[in-house]
Amino acid sequence: MGRAWLPLLVFALLAAAPFAGLGEGYLLTILARAMIMGLAATSLWLLVGGAGLVSLGHAAMLGVGAYAVVALDDARVTEALVVAPVAMAAAAVFAVATGAVAVRTSGVHFIMITLAFGQMAFFTAASLAGYGGDDGYTLYGRNTLAGRRWLEDRLVFHYLCLGLLAAAVLGGRALLASRFGRVLRAARENPERVRAVGFSPAPYRLVAYAVAGGVAGLAGMLLANATEFVAPSFLAWQRSGDLLFMVILGGLGSLHGAVLGALAFVLLEEGLSHWTQHWRLVFGPLLVLAVLHLRGGLAGVPGQIARMVRRG
Amino acid sequence: MAEPILEVAGLRKRFGGLAVTDDVSFAVAPGGIHAVIGPNGAGKTTLIHQLSGTLRPDAGTVRFAGRDVTALPLQRRARLGLARSFQITSVIPGFSALENAALAVQARSGSSFRFWRPAAAEARLNAAAMAALDQVGLAGRAAAPAGALSHGEKRQLELAIALAMEPRLLLLDEPLAGAGPEETERLIDILLGLKRRYSILLVEHDMQAVFALADRISVLVYGRVIATDAPAAIRADPAVRAAYLGEDEVA
Repeated sequence: MGRAWLPLLVFALLAAAPFAGLGEGYLLTILARAMIMGLAATSLWLLVGGAGLVSLGHAAMLGVGAYAVVALDDARVTEALVVAPVAMAAAAVFAVATGAVAVRTSGVHFIMITLAFGQMAFFTAASLAGYGGDDGYTLYGRNTLAGRRWLEDRLVFHYLCLGLLAAAVLGGRALLASRFGRVLRAARENPERVRAVGFSPAPYRLVAYAVAGGVAGLAGMLLANATEFVAPSFLAWQRSGDLLFMVILGGLGSLHGAVLGALAFVLLEEGLSHWTQHWRLVFGPLLVLAVLHLRGGLAGVPGQIARMVRRG
Repeated sequence: MAEPILEVAGLRKRFGGLAVTDDVSFAVAPGGIHAVIGPNGAGKTTLIHQLSGTLRPDAGTVRFAGRDVTALPLQRRARLGLARSFQITSVIPGFSALENAALAVQARSGSSFRFWRPAAAEARLNAAAMAALDQVGLAGRAAAPAGALSHGEKRQLELAIALAMEPRLLLLDEPLAGAGPEETERLIDILLGLKRRYSILLVEHDMQAVFALADRISVLVYGRVIATDAPAAIRADPAVRAAYLGEDEVA
């Protein structure tokens, strides 16, 4: 058990949520959004926590996935089994094209290049007059799944998001533990050592970037279906900043931190905004305090509690 | 003399007006230890960077195992069997000692674009990594995080990582740097054991260690090789003695 109880508890709570009297629509909508952001944050964690690549353009991956839904909707293709792979592939291709340049750099340069590509994607989306330009695009409806209108069912959509999120976390863990992941993690800690034993880090980083892009594209596809609306604001750099914040809030020590960070971020944002319209004045300081005092992020909380208990 | 494993010809490197490597030529025969010594500022570090592939020379060639590698970067030379250790310990601190060595084994055994199977469960990688740790006397610390090892143990791990690559030549950059007297003794014992099985190019500051270990010595002074010979002849060489005047006595 040990450190694993926190993610298990969170996934159990998410699975139980529809039966805990919370099924009355609104909260499930929020939870779905939180899980989708969790999926996007998990993909970003692979880059930041796994490969040591701090991207400030990850919302663009999500946006490419969302706009794939738009383009297919516009072409009357609304089958999720087609849309989802296309959204993932489109985001992965975008990731490879931009990553081929970005992964040659590191640190601040990587941040700036990903930010620049993210902004290019943002302005491109805003100029797509056929898809509503600045105003965004309202979908004809949610995608069908195997020809049925399952995604319109809150419960089905809830468990779909939950299942994909769990699959992403487990898949991400396996990826990081594999040979590939070992090279990636080693190159994060000490690229020179990795070169000295015979690896060139760049191709490994590029593949990681493409995988993260594909998963973020899937998150974008889900987000488009959740809101039935897509706008350039999906790709705004502030969204990339939010994702990065979720990852850091959750903790860079373990992959499920991204899920914790995203849930906390979305739920806190939602809760505070209902309480007062000046919620940002509370939200900001809370996040600052969390980063200052939670070493290891939210994922590190069980460890911190254990240490406090031992100290008495 | 057998075909040299490493052959340097006419190597030159300038930084601004300063010739740090000035027409350096020497050959390393396979088997045993060939040492490069020189006073501070002789250009030893710059030379090792050019040999390992982290610095491009302005002129000259580096041939390794019969192949011109002058244009190849560090990782390509590593794949050909040139294993370097670093003067300033360079391990992966978050990995266990075993995983540090296993990464090096992984580099020479099949593709690392494998995404599913846990690498830590690959018995063949672990066995080879453990054998490398064992050769340097670090098997008992296999599970310890590299970042938590003592300085001397990190120096041993550096060697183990290089051995795990199954190299054709070990390029050791001051493996004794920063080691205390006891650690130095242990490392010298390890190196004496290794010289029977590996070809080693040793760049080292510790004169006593060099004369205890080396089969041949090249002396680098102001970027030039002023002598390459057996230890006894180097010790007697007046030019070498002059170069070291005011430095440590040539033992």
